[in-house]
Amino acid sequence: MALFNQSRGRIIQLIFVGIFLIMLIQLFNLQILSGKYRQLAMDNAVFAKVRYPDRGIIFDRNGKAILDNTILYDLVVTPSELKNADTFGLCRLLAIDTAQFRKRVNDAIIKNGRYRPSVFQSLLTPELHARLEENIWKYNGFALVERPVRKYPYNAGAHVMGYIGEVDQNIIKKSNNYYRMGDFVGRSGLEASYETVLMGQRGVEYMIKDNHNRLVGSYENGLRDTLPIAGNNLHTYLDIELQQMAEAMMANKVGAVVAIDPRTGGILAMASGPNYDPNELSGPNKNKNYSRLALDVSSPMFNRAIKGQYPPGSTFKPLGALVALDEGLITPSYGYACGGTYYGCTRPLNCTEKWGGHANNLRDAIAWSCNSYFSEVLKKTIDNPKYRNPRKGLMVWKDYMTAMGLGYRLGVDLPSEDAGNIPDTADYDKSYNGLWNSCTMVGGGLGIGQDKMLTTPLQLANAMCVIANKGYYYTPHFVKKIDNYPGADSILAPYKVKHEALTHISDQAFEIVISGMQDVVDKGTGRVAQIPGIQICAKTGTAQNRIIFEGKRLDLKDNSMFVCFAPRDNPKIAIAVVVQNGGYGSTWAAPIASIIMEKYLNDTLRPEKARRMEEISQTNLMPSYLKRMQYREDSIRAFKWFEMTKDSAYIEKYLKPVRQTVRPAAVPTQQAAVPAKENKSNHSNQPKKAELVVDRIRTKEFNG
Amino acid sequence: MARRNQEISKGIDTTLILLYLALVTIGIISIFSVTYQEGTPVVKSFLEYKTDYSKQFYFFILSLFVGLFITLTDSKFFTATANIWYVVGILMLLLVFPFHTQIKGTESIIRFGSIQVQPAEICKIPVALALAKYLSRIETDFSKVKSQLIGIAICLFPAVLTIMQKETGLALVFFAFFLVMFREGLPPSYLIIGFSLAVLIVATLVVDKDVLAIVLTVIASIGIYLSRRQIKKNKGLLFSILLVWAVCVGIQRFAVPFLFQKVLQPHHVERVFSLIGKENPYVDPAVAEANAAKKHQGIDYNVRQSKIAIGSGGFSGKGLLKGTQTRFDFVPEQRTDFIFCTIGEGFGFLGSVVFLGLYFFFLLRIVFVAERQRSTFSRVFAYSLASVLFFHIAINICMTIGLAPVIGITLPYISYGGTSLLTFSVMFFILIRLDADRQMILR
Repeated sequence: MALFNQSRGRIIQLIFVGIFLIMLIQLFNLQILSGKYRQLAMDNAVFAKVRYPDRGIIFDRNGKAILDNTILYDLVVTPSELKNADTFGLCRLLAIDTAQFRKRVNDAIIKNGRYRPSVFQSLLTPELHARLEENIWKYNGFALVERPVRKYPYNAGAHVMGYIGEVDQNIIKKSNNYYRMGDFVGRSGLEASYETVLMGQRGVEYMIKDNHNRLVGSYENGLRDTLPIAGNNLHTYLDIELQQMAEAMMANKVGAVVAIDPRTGGILAMASGPNYDPNELSGPNKNKNYSRLALDVSSPMFNRAIKGQYPPGSTFKPLGALVALDEGLITPSYGYACGGTYYGCTRPLNCTEKWGGHANNLRDAIAWSCNSYFSEVLKKTIDNPKYRNPRKGLMVWKDYMTAMGLGYRLGVDLPSEDAGNIPDTADYDKSYNGLWNSCTMVGGGLGIGQDKMLTTPLQLANAMCVIANKGYYYTPHFVKKIDNYPGADSILAPYKVKHEALTHISDQAFEIVISGMQDVVDKGTGRVAQIPGIQICAKTGTAQNRIIFEGKRLDLKDNSMFVCFAPRDNPKIAIAVVVQNGGYGSTWAAPIASIIMEKYLNDTLRPEKARRMEEISQTNLMPSYLKRMQYREDSIRAFKWFEMTKDSAYIEKYLKPVRQTVRPAAVPTQQAAVPAKENKSNHSNQPKKAELVVDRIRTKEFNG
Repeated sequence: MARRNQEISKGIDTTLILLYLALVTIGIISIFSVTYQEGTPVVKSFLEYKTDYSKQFYFFILSLFVGLFITLTDSKFFTATANIWYVVGILMLLLVFPFHTQIKGTESIIRFGSIQVQPAEICKIPVALALAKYLSRIETDFSKVKSQLIGIAICLFPAVLTIMQKETGLALVFFAFFLVMFREGLPPSYLIIGFSLAVLIVATLVVDKDVLAIVLTVIASIGIYLSRRQIKKNKGLLFSILLVWAVCVGIQRFAVPFLFQKVLQPHHVERVFSLIGKENPYVDPAVAEANAAKKHQGIDYNVRQSKIAIGSGGFSGKGLLKGTQTRFDFVPEQRTDFIFCTIGEGFGFLGSVVFLGLYFFFLLRIVFVAERQRSTFSRVFAYSLASVLFFHIAINICMTIGLAPVIGITLPYISYGGTSLLTFSVMFFILIRLDADRQMILR
C-alpha cells in the first residue's frame, strides 16, 4: 500500500517544479529584464526637489551692485492641514473673497495634491509679508516660503540689464531640455546675452515621499544630492550714476543716449526713452506691469539705443569730410561759396546759414554745418575721378562707412541689435531702375546724412569713437570682466580686438575734422554744450519728421541730435544723443550730452548744470499723436475682446453717445461713404507695431 | 534527563526544523523591515508586543511552545482524534454564521475578547487529519468511486461553508487536497477535467462568448469526424461527445455568468477581470463608472504597486530597510498578503531566488518525508501539508507578481498574522511528530 501510486509522487514534484519555474521566469522578467520598474519606483517614492542657484550679480565700473538678488516670500498652502484656519481674516488681508479662496485651494489640490504645499499667492509685497508673518499662526496650513528674485537697487538700467522670465517650450527645446518648466531665464538685455554665465547650476535634493505624497526625509541620506552653484558675476563698464542721470533726462521723451569710453569700447551709459523701472518686471506685480508695458504704443521696452534707426543728419558730416580728405578730393582749405542754397545739382538745396563765407574752409563748414558744402563733398566722392564711375564711387564710400561701423550690427553684448542701413548700388538700382547718378543722392540728401541712410544711436556713438581715436575702435560692449568663469576669455575676446579700420587716414585729416568739431562747440551750432576747462568736439543734428497716421500726413517736430567726444586730447568719453521731436540739436540733445560729459569728466555738476538737468528731466516731449494712437490701439483691442466674449463692458467707454438729430436723407449716404474710405486707409496704414513706423520715419533735414 | 532528551529528539527531521526556523525568521525580518520606525530601539520594541513584528515574534514563540507540546504527544493521539477534530472544525465553521464579528468584507471571524479567530484558516488541520484518517482506514478502497466521492466531500464541505462566509480565497485552498487524493489514487481524469474546466472558464472570460461557442462546436465536429469509425461500432461515443459539447457550451453560456454574478463576491470578479486586463461585463455601468473613478485605490493599484516594488529591486535589491516602496506604504496590505514585495524589493532577484529555493526545498523535503512513511495516515497528512503550502505559496507569490488574481491568502510562515502562523506551525509539528514515528503503522 505504501508504494502504491508512488510514481504519482514524482508527478506532484514535477508540478511543484513547473510552478516554481513559472514564478522564477516572471521574477526574472520583472527584476532583470524590465528596466521600467526602477524608474517607476523612483517616480513613486523619490521627489527631485530643484534647488535654484542665485543668479550672478552685475556690478558697475565702481563695483556697485546694479543687479542683485533679494528674497521675497510666497504664501503656500497645504490643503490637508487647513483646519480651523482663520479664513476670513486671511481673505481680508489678501483682499480676496471666500469664493476665490476656495478656488485657489482647489487649484492647489489639483496641482500638487492635498498633502504637498502649493503656492497660494506668489511674491508677496514686503508690507503684506510683514503683516502675514505676524499672524501666520492663525492660519493653519499656510506658510511663508522664501523665493529669490532679481532686484535692481538703483532702479535703473532696465534696457541694458533686461529681465528674466519663465522659460517656454521653445527655449526648453532649444536648450536640449536643459531647462525645465518653471525655470527662469534671461529674456532680454545682459540677462539674456550672458544667460550661461549668470544662471549658475541647479542643485537637486532627492526627497523620499510616502504614499500620500508627503515628503518624509532625504533619499539615501542626501548622498546623491547636488548643491546649487551660484551664477558668475559680471563687472561692467557702466557708470550707474551716469546711467541714472541719462535715464532721468530721457524720461517722457522718445530717443536714446549712448556714452562710450573710446579707449576701451566700454559703454558707460545707455538710456532709451521712454523708460521703465526694471523692478517693475521682477516684483509681485510683474505680470500686470509687463502687459501694461507691452501694450503701451510708445513701447517703453524697446531699446532705441540699439534698435532705434535714425537718419544721422548733420552728425554725419564729419564722416563725409574724412572720406573726401582721405580720397584726396578736398583739402582742408577747400571752400564752397554758399549763399544759402546749393545749386550743384538740378534741384536747389537749402542751407540754414545764409551769410557769405561760412564755408570758406572745411573747419568752418563743419562748425557752421553747411549743407551746400557737404552736398558738394558727397558729389565729389561719388563722382571720384579715380574710379570714373559713380557706382564704384558709391561702393568705395560705403566701404568707408562700413569701416566706421555703420550699416551692420556692431555686435554689442545685448540681444537683438539692429543694423541700420548704408545704401549701396543695389538699393539705388532698385529705387531708380538703375538710372541714377551722384545728383540722385545729393538731391535725396545723402551728403547731409539722410536719404537711404539709417543709423542707431550706438553706431553714431561708435563713429565718434573712431574719430576720437583717429581711426580705430573697439566693439562697444558692457562687460569688462566675468568672475571665475572658465569660458570668460573666449566670451570677451571679440571685445578685445582693436578694429583699425580707418587708421590709414592721415592724422592731419583727423586733426582738421576734429578742429572743426571743436569749433562747433566753441563758436558754432553747439555752443550750449560748452564746459569750462574742457575742449569738447561735437556735431549737432536736426531732422525733420513726418509720419502718415490715420491716412493723414503728420508733420512732427524735428529730431534733436548731438554727437560728441571729450576732451579733445586723449578723449575719455564719446556720446550720441537722439531726442525724437525735440527740435534743434542744440535745444535738447546738446545739453543732455553736455551734462553727461561734465558729470563723467568732472565727477560733479555745477549748480547751473544741475538745475538744467532738473529742467530737462521735468520736460515732457512725448509726441502728442501717441495719445491718439494709444486710444486707437486700445479701442481696437477692446473691440476684439468684445467680439470674442460678447461682453459690451469692454467697449462701453469707447462708444460715442448716439446723436438724436435727424439728418436729411442725402447726407447719410455721403457720410457712409466717407468713413468706409477712411476705414480702408486705416487698415492699410494700421501699424502692426506702432513703434516701427515712428522710428523709421523718413525725415527731411533742414539744418545742422 | 539526557536519555529523555534523546527520546524526544529521536527521529526528528532536523533539516525540516531548520528550514522552518529559517522561514519564520525571514518572515519576522520582513515584517520588521516594513513597520520598523527609524530610531526606535530594536530589542526593546521586539519585546514590547506593540508593533507587528513584535507580535509576530511572540506568536513564533507561542508556536514553538505548541510545537514542543505536539512533539511530546503520542502519534496515536492524532489518528485517534482525527475525526473528532474534523467535527470540531466544522462546528467552529458553523458557529461563525451566528457569531461572526462585523468586519468589512468578511464574515469569517469570531472574536474572543481581544483574540480574533478565523476558523476557515484553521480548518485545514482537521481536514488534513480527517482525510488522512479516512484514506488510512483498512476498509477504504480508494479505487472505488464511492470512496473517492467521500474523500472529495470531506475536503469540499468546509470549502462550501467558507464560500458562504465570503472568503473565496480561503475556500480555494481546500481544492489543494485534490493533489493529495491524486497521490492516493484519485484517477487523473479528475485533475484533467478540473484543468479543462479552468481553461474553459478562462477562455470564457477572455474570448467573446459567441466565438467560443463556435470554436467548441468546431472542436466537437472534428472529434466526431475523427472518431466516425468508432461511432459506427459504438453509438454511445457520439452521445458522450455531444454531451461534453453541450456541457461545455452550457458552462460557457450560463454557468460562468452565474458563477460571476451570484456565487463570487463582486470584488473577486473585479480582481479576476483586472488580472486579465478587461472591463468587468457582469456589473452595471453605474457601478463600473464609480469603480473607474477610484481605480488607483482599487485592486489594480495593489498589483501595480506590488510589481513596481518587486521590479525595482533589480538584481541584488536595495537592502534591508532601504526599499522605498515597501517602507512608505505604497503597497497596501504588505505586511500580510503582499509581504513578498519586501523581499523582492529589498533583496532583488538574487534574494527572491534564494527565498523561493528555500520554499522549494522545504516542499520537496516534505514530499520526501511523506514518501518514507510506512503508514498511510502519515503520508496523507504530509502530502496535505505539502499541497496546502504549495497552493498558498504559488497563489500568493503569483498574485504579487501579477500572474494570479488577488485572492487574499497568506504566504505561509512569512505573512503577518497569528492564526496563519499558528495553523501552519501546528500542521508542521504534527508532521514532525508523525515522521518521528515513521516506523510505526498508524491507523
